Amino acid sequence: MLENYYPLLVILSIAVFLGFLVVALGVLFGPRRPTARKGAPYESGMVPYGEGRRRISVRYYLIAVLFILFDIEIVFFLPWAVVLRQLGVEGLIGMFLFVGVLLVGFVYVWKKGALEWE
Amino acid sequence: MLVEWIIKSVVIVLFMTAGFAYVTLYERRLLARMQTRIGPNRAGPFGLLQPVADGIKLIFKEELVPHNADKLIFTLAPVITVIPALIITAVIPWGDTLTIGGTKITLYLTDVNIGILYLMAVTSISVYGITLAGWSSNNKYALLGGLRATAQMISYELALGLSFVGPILIAGSMSLLDIVKAQSSIPFILLQPAGFIIFFLASLAEVNRAPFDMPEAEQELTAGYHVEYSGMKFALFFMAEYIKLIAVAMIGSTLFLGGYQGPFVDQFPILGPVYLFAKVIIWLGVFIWLRATLPRIRYDRLMAFGWKIMFPIALLNVLVTAVVLVLVGG
Repeated sequence: MLENYYPLLVILSIAVFLGFLVVALGVLFGPRRPTARKGAPYESGMVPYGEGRRRISVRYYLIAVLFILFDIEIVFFLPWAVVLRQLGVEGLIGMFLFVGVLLVGFVYVWKKGALEWE
Repeated sequence: MLVEWIIKSVVIVLFMTAGFAYVTLYERRLLARMQTRIGPNRAGPFGLLQPVADGIKLIFKEELVPHNADKLIFTLAPVITVIPALIITAVIPWGDTLTIGGTKITLYLTDVNIGILYLMAVTSISVYGITLAGWSSNNKYALLGGLRATAQMISYELALGLSFVGPILIAGSMSLLDIVKAQSSIPFILLQPAGFIIFFLASLAEVNRAPFDMPEAEQELTAGYHVEYSGMKFALFFMAEYIKLIAVAMIGSTLFLGGYQGPFVDQFPILGPVYLFAKVIIWLGVFIWLRATLPRIRYDRLMAFGWKIMFPIALLNVLVTAVVLVLVGG
């Protein structure tokens, strides 16, 4: 069974090779004359102010955590979808219970305002 | 075996790279026509050498690295972005088995039985490169663009993942070859219209295309996560973006439009790739048409649309499909 995955390793190594080859092309053929002005952050020609890496909104972390929760739910869906015909009504009831529990969480998150973006 | 794999992998990678070059030209020409301009037509007949000229120009450009950038990650980020884009179509079948002079050649690199899971996994990986690029540039616009891109992509990935479940339910398999074969009589777009629309919208957001191109909003972020990139590193981001566009069109055609299926494809398997790429070209044309038509969506509305509308509808679509499948059979 595992031999189906060997071709994926082959194409992965070719893709890695190509990626580094393109970067190497630029390094080999491009000129390199750095100056202080060129190295400054680009802010549409204005004099840059403040730090480049600033504190970021906590919303992004919240979205990431919620994503992990619901993405795992989708991963549960995939094997269930493959064998649903064999499982029949029992599989259907099981999945409805599972989705029901998750929906309670989803409604809670929604009502708490975690999905609002100000 | 190994030689066959290497040849097929090289064909796929070269096809995606050449496809990228010509999709940029296709977009520029079509967009120009829609805006009553002509577009690039000077380099070669119909401007066909324009991508070559652009590529050569970028090779000889100076590559800037900002002073405070994290140099290693700054260099690796474009490579990390382009690798998933190049390998994602490895599981998509271009056709069935071709017989040339007695030897059977399969028109797909490999048919893994978890093809859809592979697609989902690889799309998730492509987020890393963009986040790292935005973070390592030491530029606040790049950071914001990278974060926006990440939040947008992971939000729409939920709806995208759920839209995959419909075809799996009907075909009863996660192998893309089985899913295409299950569509020999009727394409899944007719059985899964809601799933198709969800896939289409979510994929637009996933590849950061208009009207969901917030991460690259030129007017406010100056280009987003790749603002500090130049030369070939910039070209890699550009390449990743357009290859993902082709990949999404290929995945969508395979899941909902019957993939390589078409008239006479059983007698002449060589027609398979032709049908697949005709579908891909039409799909890309619609993407370009949308870009010419629709304005950009506001970021808070984009996120609200993804979480409050797309995700519940996608979930409902899966449950309704499952109920119909079990109770009515099919």
